[in-house]
Amino acid sequence: MPTLWGYSISAARSIDYDKNDQSFLRRLAHSCPSSKLCIGCGGCTAACSAGNLTEFNIRQLQMLVKRGETRETAEQLHKCMLCGKCLLVCPRGVDTRKMILSMKRFLREHDQ
Amino acid sequence: MYYDPFVLPFTIGLTALLLFLAVKYIRWIRTFRKSERRKIRKGMFSLKTFRAAGEVFSECLLHRKIYRTNPFLGYMHTCFGLGWFLLIVAGKTESMVYHTSAFNPPYFAIFFRFFHPAKETFPYSETFAFITDLLLLFILSGLFLALAKRFWSRIVGMRKTTKHRPLDLLILTSLWLIFPLRFLAESFTSGLRGGGSFLTNNAGEFFAEFLPLDHLTYPAWWAYSGMLGLFFVLLPFSRYMHIPTEIVYIFLKNWGIRQGTKFNAFSKIQMYACSRCGICIDSCQLNSSLQMDVQPVYFLKKIRHGKEYESLIENCLMCGRCEASCPVGLTHNALRLSKRPDLSRITKNTYSYAKNAAMPAPAKVAYFAGCMGQLTPTVTRSMERILEQAGVSCTYIDKEGGVCCGRPMLLAGNREEAAVMAEKNRAILKASGAEVLVTSCPICLKMFREEYGLQIRIVHHTEYIDELMREGKLKTVPGEQRTVFHNPCELGRGCGVYKAPENILKHVSRKIDTDFDGKKSLCCGGSLANTSIDGRQRNRIAGDAAKAYAAYQPDVLVTACPLCKKTFATASAVPVKDIAEVVAECCRP
Ligand code: SF4
Ligand code: SF4
Ligand code: SF4
Ligand code: SF4
Ligand code: SF4
Repeated sequence: MPTLWGYSISAARSIDYDKNDQSFLRRLAHSCPSSKLCIGCGGCTAACSAGNLTEFNIRQLQMLVKRGETRETAEQLHKCMLCGKCLLVCPRGVDTRKMILSMKRFLREHDQ
Repeated sequence: MYYDPFVLPFTIGLTALLLFLAVKYIRWIRTFRKSERRKIRKGMFSLKTFRAAGEVFSECLLHRKIYRTNPFLGYMHTCFGLGWFLLIVAGKTESMVYHTSAFNPPYFAIFFRFFHPAKETFPYSETFAFITDLLLLFILSGLFLALAKRFWSRIVGMRKTTKHRPLDLLILTSLWLIFPLRFLAESFTSGLRGGGSFLTNNAGEFFAEFLPLDHLTYPAWWAYSGMLGLFFVLLPFSRYMHIPTEIVYIFLKNWGIRQGTKFNAFSKIQMYACSRCGICIDSCQLNSSLQMDVQPVYFLKKIRHGKEYESLIENCLMCGRCEASCPVGLTHNALRLSKRPDLSRITKNTYSYAKNAAMPAPAKVAYFAGCMGQLTPTVTRSMERILEQAGVSCTYIDKEGGVCCGRPMLLAGNREEAAVMAEKNRAILKASGAEVLVTSCPICLKMFREEYGLQIRIVHHTEYIDELMREGKLKTVPGEQRTVFHNPCELGRGCGVYKAPENILKHVSRKIDTDFDGKKSLCCGGSLANTSIDGRQRNRIAGDAAKAYAAYQPDVLVTACPLCKKTFATASAVPVKDIAEVVAECCRP
C-alpha cells in the first residue's frame, strides 16, 4: 500500500480501526482494563511456557484481537497453559491471565 | 394430665421445625452419589460416629475453636450452646424424677415451674432448682455479652460483625428474648407461689413488691412459649439454621463425605452450617489490606439468599487462611472452586505441542522446577548445588522448558484442560523412571500429590533438603543470619508441610519465631487463584505482609516458593530469599 511519502505498510501488521470487527476488543478492554496498557515489548512471549514448546505468541495474540480476527484468536488461545509466567514478567502490569480468561469466556459465548 | 393452652406455640413450633429439618436433610442426602451414601451407611456403625459425637460436643456446645480465636467470643457461644443444652438436660431429668416416668411431653420439662406446685417437694428438688437457676444465670451472662458485642464489637476483639437482614434481626430478637422471658415467667411464678432458687426466688420476691404478679404471671408464660415457637419457626430461614446443620455436617464429614468438584447438596449443607460468626473476615487479607467483602461469610450468604455472588467467585486468593480459622471447619477453597466454571475446549490438538518437550535422562530422583521455578534461576541453581553436594544423581526434567503442572489452570476452574496437562507430565515423569519427584514450587507439589495419582514419592525441596541433612548427606555450617520464615499458603495450609522448613532454618540460620508461623502464615498476595485483583492491589497485600514479617527485624525474609519470592521481591524492604538459597550458602563439602 504505497503512501504519499513513499513508505509502505505491510497489511499483515496493520490494524485498521475503521474496518475491523472491534466487539472482541471492546469486550476485552472492559473486562480486563489493564490489557490497554500493553506496549508490545514481547516480554510475555519470551517467558511463555507454551511459547517454549510451540509457535504460540501471546503478544501476537493481542494483535489478532486488535485486528478483529476472532477465529484465528480462538485457534491460538487454547495453547496457553494459564501458568502465569507472562503475568510476572510484564513490565506494564498487564493482567495477562485475566485477559486470556476473558477471551476464553468471550469465545465460549461467541460459540453458543 | 398436665396441660395448658399456652404450651401450644412451643409445641407446634418445635414439631414444625423437626419435620422441616427431617424432610430437608433427607432430600439432600438422597441426591448424594451412590458411593457417598455407601460411605454413610458404613460409617454410621463404626467408631467414626463416636468421633463425630465428640466433635459435636466440643464444637457445637463448647465451641472450643472459637475459644482459641477469641476467649470472650467463645464464652458467649458456650453460654448459649452448652448452657441451653444443659438446661434442657437438667429440666428433663428434673421432670423425670418428679414424674417418675421418662414419657412426659417435651413441654412439661420446659415449663416445669408452671406445672409444679412450688410447695410440693420431691427428691433433690432444691438441687434441681439451684442448678436450673445457675444455668439460667450462665445463659443470661452470655446474652449480656452478646448485647455488648452488638453495641461495641471491639470489646470482643472483632473488627467487623456481619450485617443483618430484617428477618435476621427479628429472629435475633426472638432468641434474645427467650431467656429473659423465661427468667420473668419463673420469677413471677416464684413471687406468687414460692419455689425457685437463689435467682428466680429472690427476683420473684423483688418483683412482688411493686408488680401485680397475679395478672402478669400467666401472660409471661404465654410470651415465653410464644417466643420459643417463633424462634423455632423462623430458624430454617435464618442463620440459626447453622445449629442443626453443623451437627449434620460434622457427622457427614466424619463419615468421609468431602466437597467435590461440583456445587451440590453437600455444598448446601456446608453453606447452611456457616454460623456467620465473622471470624473469616478478620483472617482474610483481602479484608485487612484491601477492605474487600469477599470472605466466605459473604460468599455463602449471597449464594443462599440468591444475591449476585458471581463477582466473588474469582475474587479469592484461595490462601486458606479463612479455612484454617473457621470454627465450623468448612472447606472454603473447595467450595469456591466448585463455583468456577470449566471453560475447557478439548480437541485432539489440545496441548498436542507438549510432545516437543525434551524427554529427560533417567535417574532415581527427578527435579521439577515448575514454570515459576524457571523464572527464578537463583533457586534452581541453588538446588543444583545442593543436590550435587549431597551426591544425589538427579534428572532435571523441565530444564529445557516443560509443561505446566496444570494447577493454575485448575484453579481457574478448567479441570479438563488441567487433566490433559497432567497426562503429558505423567508421560515425561514415567520416561525418567524416577522414584522420587522433588519440586521447588508448592503449587506444583499440591497438584502432583492430589491430582496426578502418581505411585512415586513426591516431596517439596524443603522436605528433601531436611531429609538430606538428617541423613548426613548434606553438610552445612550454622549461619549467622537472622531469618523469619514465610510459609507459602500451598505448602503449609495446602500440603501440611510445616516441620521441614523449621528444622532447616534452625540449622542454617538464627530463625526468629513469629506470630505468623505454621497455620497462621500470611499470603504473599501473588496467588494465581485470584483473577479479579490487579497488580497494584497484589502489591499492597504483599507490602502489608512483608511489613508484618519485617517487624521482627530479620536480615532475610525466607520463603519456599518461587512465586512468593517474586511477589515479595518488589514489595519488601528486607531482602527475600528462597530457603534453598539460604541452604546453598551454608553448604560445606
Ligand atoms: S499463561 Fe499462557 S501465555 Fe502466559 S506464559 Fe503461561 S502459557 Fe504463556
Ligand atoms: S510483557 Fe506486557 S507489555 Fe510486554 S507485550 Fe506482554 S503484555 Fe504487553
Ligand atoms: S465461614 Fe466459618 S468463620 Fe466464616 S462466618 Fe462462617 S462459620 Fe464463621
Ligand atoms: S481463601 Fe484467603 S483470600 Fe480467599 S476468602 Fe479465604 S482468607 Fe480470603
Ligand atoms: S504450579 Fe506454577 S510454577 Fe508450578 S509448574 Fe505450575 S504454573 Fe508452574
